[in-house]
Amino acid sequence: MEAIIISVLKQAMIAGTPLLLGTVGEIICERSGILNLGVEGVMSVGAVVAFIVTYTTGHPWLGFIAAVAAGMAISLIHAFASITLQANQVVSGLALTMIGLGFSGMLGKPYVGKPLTIKINSFAIPYLSDIPVAGQVLFNQTPFFYMSVILALAAWFFLERTRPGIQVRSTGENPQATETQGVNVSLIRYMSVIAGGAFSAMAGAHLSTSYSSSWIEGMTAGRGWIVIALTIFSLWNPVRAIWVSFLFGGIFVLQYLLQPLGISPNFLAMLPYVATLVILLVISLKDSKRLNAPAMLGEPYKRGER
Amino acid sequence: MHKLQKLEIKGISKSFQGFPANQDIDLDIKSGEILGLLGENGAGKTTLMNILYGLYQPDEGEIIVNGRTAQINSPLESIQCGIGMVHQHFMLIQNHSVIENIALGYKDTPFFFPKIKIRQKIIEFSNKFNFDIEPEKKIWQLSAGEQQRVEIIKALLNGADLLILDEPTSVLTPVEIKELFLILKEMVKLGHMVIIISHKLDEIMEICDRVVVLQKGKVVGSAVTKETDKRALAKMMIGRDVIFNMTKQAVPKGGQVLKVEHVEIPGDTGTRPAVHDVSFDIFENEIFGVAGVSGNGQRELAEAITGIRHVNSGHIFVKGCEITNNSPRRIHDAGISHVPEERIKFGIAPGLFLYDNAILKQQHLKKYSHRCFLDYCEIKNHAEVLMETYRVSAPSINTPTKNLSGGNIQKLILGREISDQPPLLVASHPTYGLDIGATEYLRQQLLDRRSKGGAVLLFSEDLEEIFELCDRIAIMYRGEFMGILDSNDKRLSEIGLMMAGSLKLECAA
Repeated sequence: MEAIIISVLKQAMIAGTPLLLGTVGEIICERSGILNLGVEGVMSVGAVVAFIVTYTTGHPWLGFIAAVAAGMAISLIHAFASITLQANQVVSGLALTMIGLGFSGMLGKPYVGKPLTIKINSFAIPYLSDIPVAGQVLFNQTPFFYMSVILALAAWFFLERTRPGIQVRSTGENPQATETQGVNVSLIRYMSVIAGGAFSAMAGAHLSTSYSSSWIEGMTAGRGWIVIALTIFSLWNPVRAIWVSFLFGGIFVLQYLLQPLGISPNFLAMLPYVATLVILLVISLKDSKRLNAPAMLGEPYKRGER
Repeated sequence: MHKLQKLEIKGISKSFQGFPANQDIDLDIKSGEILGLLGENGAGKTTLMNILYGLYQPDEGEIIVNGRTAQINSPLESIQCGIGMVHQHFMLIQNHSVIENIALGYKDTPFFFPKIKIRQKIIEFSNKFNFDIEPEKKIWQLSAGEQQRVEIIKALLNGADLLILDEPTSVLTPVEIKELFLILKEMVKLGHMVIIISHKLDEIMEICDRVVVLQKGKVVGSAVTKETDKRALAKMMIGRDVIFNMTKQAVPKGGQVLKVEHVEIPGDTGTRPAVHDVSFDIFENEIFGVAGVSGNGQRELAEAITGIRHVNSGHIFVKGCEITNNSPRRIHDAGISHVPEERIKFGIAPGLFLYDNAILKQQHLKKYSHRCFLDYCEIKNHAEVLMETYRVSAPSINTPTKNLSGGNIQKLILGREISDQPPLLVASHPTYGLDIGATEYLRQQLLDRRSKGGAVLLFSEDLEEIFELCDRIAIMYRGEFMGILDSNDKRLSEIGLMMAGSLKLECAA
């Protein structure tokens, strides 16, 4: 019994890792006032680039770095459209998703079905992994898991306890007031969108080089959209994003757990998405002031306009 | 040694969507001087200062700092030049704390743990100038006066040698104004310079060394304050003589319109009710004024009467019908119209056209809609009539409302609210931040409502306005009425004490 529980919890952590990485990235981006609906596309590009580079060079960490670079580069499209051109962020973000999905499908065509011989493996932390249950669940994981938790905590520290963090949050709340304080609003927003892209690409790299160590088109399977919902569910707080993401990781794992009980696999596959809808509904019923959403989320900022 | 000793502006022009806001403006100021910039709303004062602060780029002209032409492309460059600005509409982040707002702009904010150092700075600064400010409070929990103090701390902490204040006194109490002026005089002694944008002649005369008058985006005159007087400046500003005292017709009091019984209204922070056990009534042909320093429950009371805020207990009646905690629409239909404070936030939808804004709250009425379709023909006619009747000056009814000046927006709101002759008009700070011309016009309109059988509930911080218009005056302090007085009551001379909470009359309301 204990073995089953450990295995389930461990699987939940693994499934939650890409969600956490993506959510933290989207939180940083949205706190600066830019809504990025392109997470799914960026994740997909991250996954394919990480896979191709790892497959050809044999170095998964080189693949990881390449994926992050690609994620940052493709996010620039959204940054340029929504910040410099002040385009509608919903449209631009959706376009980024489509570009990302299409581009990754095209790049990855020759690699479909080829397995990776070397992948990023789990790594037990000495001593800590000897703790009963928690040791196996939390300290015998892939580097992606450790990284996602550390990055989430770092993102919280950055936003709440550093000067540039205040600048990012202020930009999302009131760009005009922020600019009158001598802060370059466009620069802050560019950096935030690019950082968000890097995080999404990491999530993608996790999927193709560690989680499944293969590439198929559409392997992100809507995780980018779940990330958008989790950003709201976590109330734009990276620390809250940690448990929210692993909770959803648990719902992913539930699919495999409940299947032997004779419940339709199609119904179970639907679970994470239903949970997303339910949570969005519940959240929306709450008082919007307490929701803590950045006040100017999704609003283009144009200097010199009154 | 100050890095900024002399500032000149030469031939500045700037237009918005083809409409010139500034035309060929020259201005200069040197160390140790307080310059007043006087002009009606829409005269281009704020635009000019935003150019100086790097928020707008001028179409033509140059800014000369210490004798050298300077290119000010952003507020950062402006701050580096030693310019600090306190905007009329505060540039504060509502959801952030005082500390976070100040840390944002302060140049020596540490990278890690900025709040610790900034908290010390704020406490240091508030002790130095006798400000009373709680660093941990969120901006939205502060009164307008407190918010302004945050703004001033922000500018001075950044070492501003030139402090630009846009309508600085409009939210302050008389005592606070005196304190502000003392600080400004102290700054000037130390070699700073100050530009005050205002249309309050008394204050300009009191504090400024020189005054420059703007009208329709052009400089129309300048004077040394010692060598001129109020009347001459007022004439320069609007190009004609102003009637400072309105004639108030004597009209007999009519029937009761509004009756408020022992209301208790919750505030935003939730610890203490914002309004506690307030009762009063208003009659036809009457203007009932509520005086007091902002943040003493006036906003909450106005919101409760107009249905935006729920009351905890007590009753409100309009012409005998109870409207306590009804929806704003039902209250509006019962005959209460509302000119809210912060006109741009609550009075209009800034992105919609002028004609859309002309029927807000009335769009559901038969005359403007058939089933679910709006009758744009009728709406546009109505907007034209409003523009004509209430002297709203705008290029056309198809203008986005945000492009109108404050005075014209207010005339539009007032016109919309009173064109149907409502029994009661609730007006909150209706002339706040408006120029003499628009103020005079709006006050006259309120008096007209009074003589035509309407009742007006006027919330204002401007005592001159209260004395000039009201038949009865209530003084509000910390959510309670300190007294209700007739306008000819001798005890009104002690209104200052009541506003400060040191005197309470047993009112027989």
